[in-house]
Amino acid sequence: MFELITYGIVLGSIISLGAIGISLIYGILRFANFSHGDLMTAGAYIALFFITGPLAWIGIPDNMFEPFSFGWRIVIAFPISMLAVGGVAILLDRVLYRKLRQMGSGRVTLAMSALGASFIIRMIVLIIWGADYRFYKPGILRPALELPLGIKIRPDQILILIIVSILVISLHLFLQRTKMGKAMRATSDNMELARLSGIEIEKIIIWTWGIGGALAAAAGVLYGIDVQLHPGMGWNFLIPLFAASILGSIGNIYGALIGGLIIGVVQQVSTAILLPTYKPAVAFLIMIVILLMRPEGIFGGSRT
Amino acid sequence: MEIGGILAYLVSFAIMASIYAVFCLGLNIQWGYTGLFNIGIAGFFCIGAYISAMITTPKPTGLYADYVRQIFGLNLPFFMGLLGAAVVCGIIAFLIGIPTLRLAEDYLAIATIGIAEAVRLIFNNEHWLANGPRGLMGLPQPLSDLVDPGYYNYIYLVIVIIIMIVIYLLIERAIRSPWGRVLRAIREDEISASMSGKNIFNFKMQSLVFGAMVMGIGGALYAHYTKAISPDVFTPLYGTFIIWVMVIAGGSGNNKGVILGAFVVWGIWIGTKFLTDFLPYTLKARAPYIRFLLIGILLEFILIYKPQGLLGEEKKISKLLE
Repeated sequence: MFELITYGIVLGSIISLGAIGISLIYGILRFANFSHGDLMTAGAYIALFFITGPLAWIGIPDNMFEPFSFGWRIVIAFPISMLAVGGVAILLDRVLYRKLRQMGSGRVTLAMSALGASFIIRMIVLIIWGADYRFYKPGILRPALELPLGIKIRPDQILILIIVSILVISLHLFLQRTKMGKAMRATSDNMELARLSGIEIEKIIIWTWGIGGALAAAAGVLYGIDVQLHPGMGWNFLIPLFAASILGSIGNIYGALIGGLIIGVVQQVSTAILLPTYKPAVAFLIMIVILLMRPEGIFGGSRT
Repeated sequence: MEIGGILAYLVSFAIMASIYAVFCLGLNIQWGYTGLFNIGIAGFFCIGAYISAMITTPKPTGLYADYVRQIFGLNLPFFMGLLGAAVVCGIIAFLIGIPTLRLAEDYLAIATIGIAEAVRLIFNNEHWLANGPRGLMGLPQPLSDLVDPGYYNYIYLVIVIIIMIVIYLLIERAIRSPWGRVLRAIREDEISASMSGKNIFNFKMQSLVFGAMVMGIGGALYAHYTKAISPDVFTPLYGTFIIWVMVIAGGSGNNKGVILGAFVVWGIWIGTKFLTDFLPYTLKARAPYIRFLLIGILLEFILIYKPQGLLGEEKKISKLLE
């Protein structure tokens, strides 16, 4: 049981990264980004591309850092992938969503466009890499460490938790301390008021997409390190991501963090009685319960 | 290809396009007229197909029961299958509407995605329900003893088109009634509609259920056309996304438009198959992805450059004012 909870926290921390992005984008743009899961997929595969492609060609060594199951290549590919997917998210906004916003299209049209973008991303991944499961580093998993209470955890998973913490703390500091972060929070509170105080909304929107995309990429790569890569991985995350952000009150990034951890733990613990393939359905069930009992989420009374 | 072959090809094309047109009509009630954002059509597609399959086939017995398991088999006629599919889809839509229809439209969207995924997972993993991933085969076709099996598609095309026209007339009638005007009022401005004393939740629920019942019939028509169904058919791509592209391309809020959209987009979809035939051998296996990529790009183009679709919405004030 403790073991399942531990794995649930690792899975939940990955969900949190995605859910924070969804919440941030929803908070600022009132935009339900249905392509967020596939941005995760894009991040995972862009990292795979660099690991098996350019980084191998220029001779970055393939050996691993003991006791982890990855080496320099992933360390280099990770930030590149975050930047690239941040760029992809900004590009989608410039090419598609901004045009629709300017035309005065409704929220549903924007969400539809995002859904289209998600299929486009997945199809590109499928065309290039095919439908097989892939790994960053084929081979045996590192042995798990034995912790008290019978908890087994792999060194990779401890590192995932550390990386997620660093990313979340950086985002927190960015939003609280920097001028751009404060402007983003102001825009999230009231876009019209922010515009009147001289905040350049378009710039905020670009930052929002960039951060959301980069966090999604990080989530995708970390999931790839922890489990494996698959073109449908992001789509399977979509419901957990939304469940987490709704649970944590959509628009509230700290709520999304907690929501992600809760969804991750419940999903993992559910595998004690259900088939693991039912994980998305478990997240869906949690979401329906929240919508029935407390649609504003646990940190409720949030801005609408 | 000789004339007979081309004709047979056109007939099978028209059957699939008409079945998709039924889904488009269902989505048009929900989205085109009421503004309900259902992106889990695949779920209703799947349920409709399975319910009708199990209503019209007998429960396997003897040795056969070792290979095919299904929770029930009623061996009733085709028409009862359609009815059952519609009723069950309506009930599912009602249940999904309760938690979501009072909230912002995005919640309905994510809930319908959830139901579609959950339905597919359940049919895939619960072998006792409907034979798991292998699905059900040998579904009966109505009036199939009248003609030689080689010509059966002509009869099925007539059946599908009659059902499509009946549904079309039914929706047209409903949408021109005061009920239909309330739906469009809700789509345009929920607050002012509720200020006119209309119970928004009830009307949205009726629209969601009505649309889902039509989708259930579409699923049943599909099941008896292909005679074999398995959960992997009802993916978000084949089951939801392409139907949305059809409705948006044809003109949401216009029943003639969405039927046209179904035929045009299905034509484009089939057309891209010929296109990918020219691909080099190594890319052949990935041709379906390239075709879906093109459909995705088509959707983005329509949303930006022709958001009203081919026909656009008809101005319908009342049947008395035409």
